[in-house]
Amino acid sequence: MSNGETRFRVPAPPFRPGEEPDFSHLKLPKAGEAKRPDPTVEGRETQDLALGLVGVLDHNHQAVGEWDPKVSADVLREGLKHMVLTRIYDERMLKLQRQGKMSFYMKSKGEEAVAVAAAMALRDDDMIFPSYRQQGMLFARGRDIVDMMCHCISNSRDNLKGRQLPVHYTWAEGNFFTISGNLGTQFPQAVGYAMACAYKGEDRIAASWIGDGTTAEGDFHGALTLASTYRAPTILNVVNNQWAISSYQGIALGDAPTFASKGLGYCLASIRVDGNDFLAVYAATQWAAERARAGHGTTLLELFTYRADAHSTSDEPSKYRPKTEGEVWPLGDPIERLKQHLIGLGEWDQARHEQLEEEMTQLVVKSYKEAESHGTLHEGPLAPTQTIFEDVYAEQDWRLKRQRQDLGV
Amino acid sequence: MTIEVLMPALSPTMEEGTLAKWTVKVGDTVSSGDVIAEIETDKATMEVEAVEEGVVGKLLVEEGAEGVKVNAPIAILLEEGEDESALDDAGGMKSAEKAPEPRADSDVGTKVPEPREMPQPAPASAAEPKPTASDPEIPAGTNMVDITVRDALRDAMAEEMRRDDTVFVMGEEVAEYQGAYKVTRELLQEFGAKRVVDTPITEHGFAGLGVGAAFGGLKPIVEFMTFNFAMQAIDHLINSAAKTLYMSGGQMGCPIVFRGPNGAASRVGAQHSQDYSAWYANVPGLKVIAPYDAADAKGLLKAAIRDPNPVVFLEHELMYGTSFEIPDMDDFVLPIGKAKVRREGSDVTITAHSRMVGFALEAAEKLAEQGIDAEVIDLRTIRPLDTDTVIESVKKTNRIVCAEEGWGQHGVGAEIAARVVADAFDYLDAPPARVFQKDVPLPYAANLEALSLPGTEDIIAAVKTVTYAE
Repeated sequence: MSNGETRFRVPAPPFRPGEEPDFSHLKLPKAGEAKRPDPTVEGRETQDLALGLVGVLDHNHQAVGEWDPKVSADVLREGLKHMVLTRIYDERMLKLQRQGKMSFYMKSKGEEAVAVAAAMALRDDDMIFPSYRQQGMLFARGRDIVDMMCHCISNSRDNLKGRQLPVHYTWAEGNFFTISGNLGTQFPQAVGYAMACAYKGEDRIAASWIGDGTTAEGDFHGALTLASTYRAPTILNVVNNQWAISSYQGIALGDAPTFASKGLGYCLASIRVDGNDFLAVYAATQWAAERARAGHGTTLLELFTYRADAHSTSDEPSKYRPKTEGEVWPLGDPIERLKQHLIGLGEWDQARHEQLEEEMTQLVVKSYKEAESHGTLHEGPLAPTQTIFEDVYAEQDWRLKRQRQDLGV
Repeated sequence: MTIEVLMPALSPTMEEGTLAKWTVKVGDTVSSGDVIAEIETDKATMEVEAVEEGVVGKLLVEEGAEGVKVNAPIAILLEEGEDESALDDAGGMKSAEKAPEPRADSDVGTKVPEPREMPQPAPASAAEPKPTASDPEIPAGTNMVDITVRDALRDAMAEEMRRDDTVFVMGEEVAEYQGAYKVTRELLQEFGAKRVVDTPITEHGFAGLGVGAAFGGLKPIVEFMTFNFAMQAIDHLINSAAKTLYMSGGQMGCPIVFRGPNGAASRVGAQHSQDYSAWYANVPGLKVIAPYDAADAKGLLKAAIRDPNPVVFLEHELMYGTSFEIPDMDDFVLPIGKAKVRREGSDVTITAHSRMVGFALEAAEKLAEQGIDAEVIDLRTIRPLDTDTVIESVKKTNRIVCAEEGWGQHGVGAEIAARVVADAFDYLDAPPARVFQKDVPLPYAANLEALSLPGTEDIIAAVKTVTYAE
């Protein structure tokens, strides 16, 4: 087999540690170039959007083009606040994890707009089936930050009673589904949930998020098939942050041009979006929600972004990608871009930004102190041990009660 | 309360490092975010920031100290209003000596609960009373009608769909085709395409869809053409349907029924002929039902549809066409988790479920001719398992044979035998015996298939072993 080598291929990322990263090969369309069709458009007519890139904020941080959602400065400032809070929260939680206050943590640095803008563009009663880098959605929906911290340190106020890993938040009253540790299951479940909403005659929709790596799971393909078959009122989001732990996006992408283009085969409306552009994420989510709510079915959104930090506290990215890769990422930093946009509008300034950062830092510090007043991971009090046998079934089973008695708790 | 500052980890793999430099001294006030020290490993250096505010009360590690373990206390901060005396009772070197060892996970529960949260262990006599679930009384004069298992299942779904409009059925071929085994006969005609939904061939996908619909407030009945194909979907059954109520802290439950034929059919080969009773029964959070006759099929399927938990309902293809008498009642619902004594006897207990119950009854009749009086218990529900009925029976008969169609290793019979040995050891006059499929993937050829599957003669042989009749 003299030509065996040429036929056996395992794709590799363009740059490894020690190499000089350069993303000029991406040839990304400019902000404002993408056309914005009516949300009732046929799915197959979104090919340009699936292969292109919806962007609103240009290199001068001005909002340009048909996708500009034209939201008020108040909405932009609110988005900025949630994004700044998300980043400060993540930084603080990472430090706390490093000092042993919790076993595990996952930051969302660089992906704050993906979470915050989407949550703000949805209605609060729309159901969210998240992945594990969407803590920004909880801030946007007004979840109590102390409650979030209490979950992460599994103390007596952990609403998951010590049964879930840190950052695997659940918030039923905020319509935020429990984060699944086995990746991708939320995709077909979101389709089913959305169909249940339609079945009951409600106009709520369901939205779900997975990473680029998880598109290789059967869940992704099953969900897209079902979403297409039943024209479910769903938004299916693929957060392409370029890295699935150490596997670069090409491992799951294969020879497809974009992850969004995978939706075209299912005839779903499919759009690639600048995930570091708050306005673009907001506009695309709003478009997809309008489409779903009006009965025109599911949109597949690819949020094109960059995971600016480690996958989790168990990961060391310097071993598999150049340290400077994030710095040369061509779509910049989502917080900085929205901040500069607001400054350009005359609706924000450096002093106010610093004040915001200070306020959010104080909030996080104060909240953590309050969280620890309900217990710490090592010293407790933790979730009461006698709850270990609760919630296995909807009703208390006498066999489980007896096991609890045998355990003496 | 003083605050301990712990040696941070620069990376997930770091175990110890050097405290290169202190940038604060005792008495300094620090705010959250202030740099207080620099640490280094052979790879990198990092600034240590205070995560809390306070006054530096004590530096526990000298500048330049090497080999400082991650998470060892390196300094003590005093909170507002505290003075140095607070160092004596809380922090100091003592805690530096005791703290570095990470806790063993199993310790967590014992350290934590406050006394008031800790219920006293109940004395044995006050053990949780068991509810005495029993089948509904059949009023005298109730008409008995003959019906196939297939139609009993169909009627159960139709009745529950009439009763509750959030109930719907979905699966491959369930609508126009009326089900691959015609169990959904005429449901499309009565309830329409909204409630009888054909799915594409993606067990994994549509099981997930059903689970999502259950989270969304509906009560799906998901039909698998056979449970063999549910292998593709098992992640949604176990990791999502069974565990979400628990993992969400009780916030989100999954009322859903997964049903379809389970076990061997006739000459359909190993991939179409597997018994999954023990697989699903292994999982907390699931209920698992495997009925034998038409009445149980109907009464238990209605109960499963009403149950707020995920239920795996295992039917048997070779039983669909069999007719049984069933009480002609308006709302015939049976309790989940209750076995049924199908034949009373005094010499030996035989447990079985699904199609094996028929073989057990046949064996009992043949054994009676030989003077052995067998009691036959139809388990009906595999989880929760009604071991009490079995134990009570064994206390009477002193011998047990556990029969099942599936493989023996870690099977339903293995579980029952273990429970009987644990709870009724002193009553046993012989070791428990088991009857199960040969330990091979089920062969296709009729002669080999027959040799693999257990039946009446295997049960008779096992009974004779435990009764020392041969």
